Amino acid sequence: MTTNKAFSVLLFAATSLVATPAVTPAWAQLGPQTLTQRGGEAIYKGVCQDCHMPDGKGAVGAAAYPALTSNKKLAEAGYPLSVVLGGLHSMPAFAKSFDDQQIADIVNYIRTNFGNHYKDKVTPEQVKSAR
Amino acid sequence: MKQVHEIDNLNVSRRSLLKAIGLTAGVGAMYQTMVEMGYAANSDFTGPVTLSPAPAGATVLILGAGIAGMVAAYEMRKAGYRVQILEYNDRPGGRNWSLQAGDSYTELGGRTQKVDFAPGQYFNPGPWRLPYHHQGILHYTKMLNVPLESFVQYNNATYVHSTKAFGGKPMRFREVQADYDGYTAELLAKATNKNALDDTLGKDEKDALLRMLKSWGALDANYEYKKGEASSDFRGYDVPPGGGVREPEFSDPMPRKELHESNLWVGRYFPKQWDFQGQMFQPVGGMGQIGKAFGKLLDGVIKYDCKVTNIHQDDKGVAVTYVNTKTGGTPQTAKADWCVCTIPASILSQIPMNVGAPMRTAIDSLPYIPAAKVGLQFKRRFWEEDDNIYGGNSYTDQSIFNISYPSHGFFEKGPAVLLGAYVYRTGASVYNFEAMQAPEMIEAALEQGSKIHPQYRQEFMSGVAVAWHRVPWTLGCSGGWSQENRQKNYAAMCSLDNRIVLAGEHCSRLMAWQEGSVLSALDAIQRLHKRAVTA
Repeated sequence: MTTNKAFSVLLFAATSLVATPAVTPAWAQLGPQTLTQRGGEAIYKGVCQDCHMPDGKGAVGAAAYPALTSNKKLAEAGYPLSVVLGGLHSMPAFAKSFDDQQIADIVNYIRTNFGNHYKDKVTPEQVKSAR
Repeated sequence: MKQVHEIDNLNVSRRSLLKAIGLTAGVGAMYQTMVEMGYAANSDFTGPVTLSPAPAGATVLILGAGIAGMVAAYEMRKAGYRVQILEYNDRPGGRNWSLQAGDSYTELGGRTQKVDFAPGQYFNPGPWRLPYHHQGILHYTKMLNVPLESFVQYNNATYVHSTKAFGGKPMRFREVQADYDGYTAELLAKATNKNALDDTLGKDEKDALLRMLKSWGALDANYEYKKGEASSDFRGYDVPPGGGVREPEFSDPMPRKELHESNLWVGRYFPKQWDFQGQMFQPVGGMGQIGKAFGKLLDGVIKYDCKVTNIHQDDKGVAVTYVNTKTGGTPQTAKADWCVCTIPASILSQIPMNVGAPMRTAIDSLPYIPAAKVGLQFKRRFWEEDDNIYGGNSYTDQSIFNISYPSHGFFEKGPAVLLGAYVYRTGASVYNFEAMQAPEMIEAALEQGSKIHPQYRQEFMSGVAVAWHRVPWTLGCSGGWSQENRQKNYAAMCSLDNRIVLAGEHCSRLMAWQEGSVLSALDAIQRLHKRAVTA
């Protein structure tokens, strides 16, 4: 499957998974609703490492956070893209927290770090069309 | 009378039957009959649940010894079921949990924190306060003889703080409240007196409103809110009235424009919301006392250190495979006729379980929301000794959001623990806070807290930090239902799938509250019981 085809397939999945935020109390609406980190590394350290761990190895408890290290599921960029946008299982959706550039940056970062060396890059335009 | 009201909605023959039972055998028997007929839905706690006798020899396997699991086990055992609980942790309670002096906690990623607190000091990483109307959890707390004390939610002496207003100076709650009310009353009185509201208000109502505004807003004779005795009686004095000849000195209200543009009203929200209105309670010695006492009551029923790896049901029963988290070894299987599964959806989404597609979709589509808390131990109660703050909450626009002072041990000498950060649903930056390692979270709590209490650095002794996405048995704080997701999947999450029913706060409309766990468990076991007695 080419990356473009993967995108069109995931388009529907990603849109349908993006949830509207819960009814938020007024006091909670004052805080920024978007994340300010710029660049893949800063976003990873500021958000993703909470669960996937600083070394990208994930963690195992009563259930697991998947490792990103040498993860074959990252081969198709559309997969991590849909997960970051729409969430998966307990992982929240980040579509509304990040703009297109930030989403592209984090997807490209995890696909070129932690032992991953995928050459193709996700562009902000592709993120936009996957939303 | 709820029962009578419900009877009115039944068809005539059943209604006559129930009324006859009610008249001859009393309301208790009538209610019992209704439960068996499936009409007494327990959507709100109105009293202890009474199940009819269980079928002879019936067994129930309960997954999770949190509040929901233990309520289910207790009530079903009382009805005659043989119950067993499998629990991942080596203790009862689940998210009902206090870190006591000397405890240690290992989070995902392997970091272990030793709780280096003075004897008797504790910190609640999870739930920490009980609203007076959460009568379900209060019922079990009373039943377990766990003593409760007052939880101070609202204290006029605490601080409201904005880094962007008043030069970053924290303001007392009483000042903020008096000034908001005062200026709002003044503006409304002005509009009323200029006849701007004559379309809406008749003369009598207008006069009554003006009288109310004057007293509510501490306005002067000209309906103005300004420095003087009336406003100082609300917001406090610069020099309070005292003995002898010294004149009191009134305090200056904050400038109106700056106040309105400061967003300081955020901290005022809590006392208004029903969940946070007085009276609130806390168990003496930490929230975890409820879980501990429940575990003792269910001694012998709970099997600890069990990691569930598979849940399988067929026409005859339910088989749950688990491994011992401490000793490993061959997977074990526990079997029962029925199963109440209180494992959080975050965990359950990774456990194979043969339920229908709608329930599976519901489990797989529920994100778990982030939250973090930091407990800080200080050498002395400087908030009491220096600031006259006895319990209650301060709020800030910094990411720590909330400082909460202990509601117990007032005036005691020696070390005390306060809640130095409570980061929950305060915007996207909650993720940034959670993504920090424990020492960084403690440092952030100290750095930010120092802006409200400059004594922090001098008095600090030790801290403990819990990020809920790294809690090994929940992978998150609570289910994060959106309105859209609830419409789509909530009913399926709460459904009874052959022999399995789910329970927990994620199967309630009381997100992240223990009351949700209690009400969900009671609702689930009544439906399961109904099926068991008719099977």
